[in-house]
Amino acid sequence: MANKNKTKTPEQIQYDQLQKKHELKRPILKNCIRAFFIGGLICLVGQAVTYFYIYFFNFTEQTAGNPTVATMVFIAMILTGFGVYDRIGQFAGAGSAVPVTGFGNAVISSAIEHRTEGYVLGVGGNMFKLAGSVILFGVFSAFIVALVKTILTMWGGF
Amino acid sequence: MLKGAQTWVFNSKPAILSTGVVGGPFEKNGNLAEDFDKFYEDLWMGQDSYEKAQRILIEDAVDIILQKEGIKEEKVQFFITGDLINQITPSSFAARTNQIPNLGLFSACATSMEGLALAAFLINYQGAKRIITGASSHNASAEKQFRYPTEYGGQKPPTAQWTVTGAGFALIGSGNDADEKPHPRILSATIGKVIDLGISDPFNMGGAMAPAAVDTIERHLQDLQIDPSYYDLIVTGDLATIGRSIALELFEQKGIPIKEEQFKDCGLLIYKKNQPVQSGASGPGCSATVLYGHLLNQMKSGRLKRILVVATGALLSPLSFQQKDTIPCIAHAVAIEYI
Repeated sequence: MANKNKTKTPEQIQYDQLQKKHELKRPILKNCIRAFFIGGLICLVGQAVTYFYIYFFNFTEQTAGNPTVATMVFIAMILTGFGVYDRIGQFAGAGSAVPVTGFGNAVISSAIEHRTEGYVLGVGGNMFKLAGSVILFGVFSAFIVALVKTILTMWGGF
Repeated sequence: MLKGAQTWVFNSKPAILSTGVVGGPFEKNGNLAEDFDKFYEDLWMGQDSYEKAQRILIEDAVDIILQKEGIKEEKVQFFITGDLINQITPSSFAARTNQIPNLGLFSACATSMEGLALAAFLINYQGAKRIITGASSHNASAEKQFRYPTEYGGQKPPTAQWTVTGAGFALIGSGNDADEKPHPRILSATIGKVIDLGISDPFNMGGAMAPAAVDTIERHLQDLQIDPSYYDLIVTGDLATIGRSIALELFEQKGIPIKEEQFKDCGLLIYKKNQPVQSGASGPGCSATVLYGHLLNQMKSGRLKRILVVATGALLSPLSFQQKDTIPCIAHAVAIEYI
């Protein structure tokens, strides 16, 4: 009965329909609204931190980005360590996963989780278990976009 | 004695002599707190890893049984248990501590009833005088192995289930040794087939396991030629909200007359409604703690006379679902009567 290939038996197709009827659906609209507001709130805090660096230190709008990101990740680290971020995540979904704080949470939670296997094989080896693919595909898509832009500007004459 | 296709009937009716049930902080705030023997306030249980913490749960449950019965480890012939963690290390490491001859099992969350069925079989045929069997799970160690880090802020869908932190163990002895007093006694057991109806979402275990539970219950009733009303309660391991409602519909389709109030699920009993467990509880420790704690207490207080416990297990691994395989599931049933 088990199948590795994608073709499902008629019995499995029938069961799939039955199962879908009972399955609790993700409340997509509610999740989107929550993600919008919590994600917005996190960005608002980020904006405030940016202004803080611009007004109180010698940063410009261009250079304030780095310390802002570092600060936001630091806050995410504290919240993850105290076991708060996963609760925010359950409530906010993409709202707390998409901003840089979500990236921080993915790295830090993995580091905490695998501390029991030691610093090298545990923390070092697993820290980027979740975030690694974000880095890989982030860099890769940036490369593709840069390539397209280069081609267009070189040969397109923009 | 084999009856029908896949059911054992135990003529000597092995008895559940004593139980040990240990839980974690989340279970302490749960619905069945008074049915546990011991709780830990902290998920670490004084250990430096969650896997070691799970071993402590097992060791404690065994200690509680031995203390209650006033016997030493040497008086127990076999220790039959398993869990969810890779190579069932918490169980085997606990067996290293208690030095009882060990049989390690894996049927995921159905391990509890696989162990009880095998223990009853061995006792029934004088393969042993006393056996300790049970199952355990730990929320954080299971999450770590199967899903994401504990503190990762991923949003769980409403179909997800919460792994129980707990160990439920029981001392099984021959029916003759315990004749004077009434005990919960094991009448029969049905060993389930592995059923896979093509569900591949690891966040929807209940939906994947429901057909296995229905199949085992159907075979059990057929093999023994009895009606569901023979039992006061038919209780599944961890189907949770979705699995239970699917199972009820499947019973209706198959024309098996199981009443809704007679069909319960351990995964829906153990926690309070306001605890954030999404669809319900899961884990080998779920059916083990609910049966050996709550349900046996209900039997002793006379509220239940005869029950069928059907533990359900999703036999997936972290690799198999990443490789897009579907989730094969199993269910084992054990019938218990208080006589």
